[in-house]
Amino acid sequence: MKRRLLLLLPLIGFLVLGAFLYMGLSINPFDRDSALMAREFPDFELTTLEDPERVVDASLLEGEVTLVNVWGEWCPTCKQEMPQLLDLAEDGVRLVGVDYKDTREKGREFLAEFGNPFEVNIFDPEGSLGFDLGVYGAPETFLVDRDGIIRYHHTGYIRPEDVSETILPEVEKWR
Amino acid sequence: MQTLMIPEIGHLALIIALLMALVQGIMPLAGAATRRPLWMAYARPMATGQFLFLAIAYACLTASYLLDDFSVANVANNSNSLLPWYYKASAVWGNHEGSVLLWSLILAGWGFAVSQFSRELPRDMLARVMGVMGLVSLGFLAFVLITSNPFERLLPNVPQDGADLNPLLQDFGLIVHPPMLYMGYVGFSVVFAFAIAALLGGRLDAAWTRWARPWTNIAWAFLTVGIALGSWWAYYELGWGGWWFWDPVENASLLPWLAGTALIHSLAVTEKRGAFKSWTVLLAISTFSLSLMGTFLVRSGVLTSVHAFANDPSRGFFILVLLGITVGLSLLLFALRAPRVSHQVGFSWLSRDALLLINNILLVIMTVTVLLGTVYPLLLDALNLGKISVGPPYFNALFVPLTVVLCLFMGLGPLSRWKHTPARDLFKRSWTAGLAALVIGAVAPLLYRGEWNLKVSLGVVIALWVVLPMARDLWVKSRHADGRMAGLRRLSLSYWGMILGHLGIAVTIIGVTVVSNYAIERNVRMGVGDSAAVAGYTFTMTELASRRGPNYLADTAEIEVRRGDSQRSFTMTPEKRLYLARGMPMTQVALRPGLFRDLYVAMGEDLEDGSWAMRIQHKPFVRWLWLGALLMAAGGVLAVADRRYRRTVTARDPTRDSERAAIAAPREALP
Amino acid sequence: MALIIRLLLCALLLLPVLGQAAVEVRQFDDPVTEQRYRDLTATLRCPKCENQAIDDSESPIATDMRERVYRQLQDGRSDKEILDFMVSRFGDYVLYNPRLEGRTLLLWGLPAGLVLLGALVVVFMVRARRRTSARDLSAEERQRLEALIKRERTE
Repeated sequence: MKRRLLLLLPLIGFLVLGAFLYMGLSINPFDRDSALMAREFPDFELTTLEDPERVVDASLLEGEVTLVNVWGEWCPTCKQEMPQLLDLAEDGVRLVGVDYKDTREKGREFLAEFGNPFEVNIFDPEGSLGFDLGVYGAPETFLVDRDGIIRYHHTGYIRPEDVSETILPEVEKWR
Repeated sequence: MQTLMIPEIGHLALIIALLMALVQGIMPLAGAATRRPLWMAYARPMATGQFLFLAIAYACLTASYLLDDFSVANVANNSNSLLPWYYKASAVWGNHEGSVLLWSLILAGWGFAVSQFSRELPRDMLARVMGVMGLVSLGFLAFVLITSNPFERLLPNVPQDGADLNPLLQDFGLIVHPPMLYMGYVGFSVVFAFAIAALLGGRLDAAWTRWARPWTNIAWAFLTVGIALGSWWAYYELGWGGWWFWDPVENASLLPWLAGTALIHSLAVTEKRGAFKSWTVLLAISTFSLSLMGTFLVRSGVLTSVHAFANDPSRGFFILVLLGITVGLSLLLFALRAPRVSHQVGFSWLSRDALLLINNILLVIMTVTVLLGTVYPLLLDALNLGKISVGPPYFNALFVPLTVVLCLFMGLGPLSRWKHTPARDLFKRSWTAGLAALVIGAVAPLLYRGEWNLKVSLGVVIALWVVLPMARDLWVKSRHADGRMAGLRRLSLSYWGMILGHLGIAVTIIGVTVVSNYAIERNVRMGVGDSAAVAGYTFTMTELASRRGPNYLADTAEIEVRRGDSQRSFTMTPEKRLYLARGMPMTQVALRPGLFRDLYVAMGEDLEDGSWAMRIQHKPFVRWLWLGALLMAAGGVLAVADRRYRRTVTARDPTRDSERAAIAAPREALP
Repeated sequence: MALIIRLLLCALLLLPVLGQAAVEVRQFDDPVTEQRYRDLTATLRCPKCENQAIDDSESPIATDMRERVYRQLQDGRSDKEILDFMVSRFGDYVLYNPRLEGRTLLLWGLPAGLVLLGALVVVFMVRARRRTSARDLSAEERQRLEALIKRERTE
């Protein structure tokens, strides 16, 4: 009897492993939660894209629920998701952009061509704010609540469905 | 425009092969179960037919590549008219669909070989073995035809040209590495089939191990060479001088290798002594299961890797089902049919049996460790415990000590006798070697680099501990009245096989130890006329130029290298290429190989001021890594080149006599 | 779903370029710091690549990370501080050497546990089998054996 149980161990072990492998099939390895969840938006001191004289810091994001979108002129998907961001702006969501690793010219060109849903754009040519946010590609979007805490993170392209299915509900939740 | 029928012929051939695999899978097994010789006789012709038609299918795909038939989706995605013909031929397996076709072809090839070279097997045993192999083939061919058909066409919108083969793959490594690797992976299906056949037939004496050993050793040798080629290829191709990253795909090949190493030793014990019968069956099943699991990991997108094929979860699901059925049913069969009472073969502490038991346990622990590290991120993610990474620091921290322990026992193994070795004997045979190993090891780093280094000493000590006792044993065993040569010639091939195999491990360990501890890397800025000194060599850039290759543009640098004060020098020419079809830049490393050191120069970045950032590396003893692997593979093959495996019995009743001979084998005392 | 993944991956910064050695010329005050730089960049994972360390990847984020590691080493930070810095921004994912914590107990503990278990198995097995030895057949058993062999021969 004991021997029989011993002989069944490999099968049982394999079934457990197989179950995990099966679960692995529906997991996207790139779908990672931001390391900054439930933490304060990192502090920074940068100028805005619109006005080189105006310096902003993390207090910019306090007081109201804000959607921070990291974008760049070089990023093709950022162009594709503009309509969704414009929709969100129309729905009354406060959007702040981070122009990541661009020149001022390129950034302004981008907004002129594809639209500007942002209340203001933080100019981050070196990518220092992006780095502190743990951004490794664009676009990335962060939901920051009234107290400046990051509550939701979306990596990559925002589909039209995402707007109504996840982003708006999250905004509402933290309002 | 190509509208040849070749892809359709290939597709048809695939379907026929599948049907033959179906028959090969079912009829012989049914025949063995119901004792119908006619049904069992289907095995050989079906195996032959399956191989033939798969060869036709494979030839059709290759022809499509060589003829630039871009109406075939697979060709359009992976080839290009500018590609040299030998890369077109290799591009066939440089993608998911083609490589699975190759897998299937090789599987059919092994099946064909088994059907041809197993005259002395009892009819029902052969039928079962072929049947199991037929079923495995069936699974794979179904996978190919249903999810990964290489013959899909792009008609009517045939592209002008193909998307080109990934430049990283446009290399000699692609021509040799995958075929060798697959020969190994797939080759383990033979011993798997034998194990299942033994379970099905209730014939769990040691006979099946004798028949299975040559097939297993040869598969293992192929896998060893395949892995070594992969490591070597990554080393000179990827531009960072590394040779093993514990990447999931690399681990996928190491897992069956580790289990396979345990298996070849376990087979020896079971054949010789009739011990560990159930364990060997389990190992045989596990080794091939790990091959299959490797296939799954690499193609399903479950794990992230630079080497991974198409990341397609739907294909992954199919393979998982295949894996589940094959492995699940096998392990269930094992649980039900493995002998409930094991025949207790007696042996003492210092016996070869005990030492091989320890060998197996250690190798299995190493296998589990690598497996655990590889799937752990997946485990945690599936349990919603976050996403972590498990990389080289983890694997090295655990694998190295386990290897050290393994080597400690490897020193004694060859000196031991079956069943019992008097401690005094063992000591007498090994103490001088042990002492020499310790002394030389302790002194080695001092002699080599003038400074003591614990890790280096440890590596040298264990490598010598593996080799020196064997050397002494060889010396003693080759004593002969007619002289040393006669004595050496008298020794069995199995013995030589063991010597080479273990020597190979020692050589690899030396390579790993030295290159890990003493490799030098320097990033320097160099313009024409600038020099850099690395490891006693002076590197001087003499020229910077541009040139055009068959399907790329390149920036080249000419580096003159001089050793110390020597007047003689040689030139190294690294390149930075831009492949036109994909717009992909790539570093072509300049390598100066040597037995005791490699010199390695790569162009990093154009610093835009007439100079480049260059990476120069000095890699001592790195070739020993792969030379050791070659020795191991040679040893593996030699161990079964022994006459007794090739002996075909021609007595009146061949079946019965060979069975008797097989049962009598355990009483032999020679290694 | 697959389309989304593909879009997502395209969106991320310029494709990671394989076959590229990440080569910057850096000055170090001493070989120890240089070695620390090597070790740190080998143990930090590039967050967007398909399994590469930051010392091996030319993707922009890896380049940024290497620059930060270098600067922090020059500032005199310890290895732990630098790793924590990276983790606080990119998560545990960027550590190739997984931390020893609750969820990795099995990872670090199982191999050691297996070694102990293995040792026990060897001990028990050898002790059990030391006693077993082939004993001679009794007269009756020998007769039965002869009968069986004779029967085999005539079949």
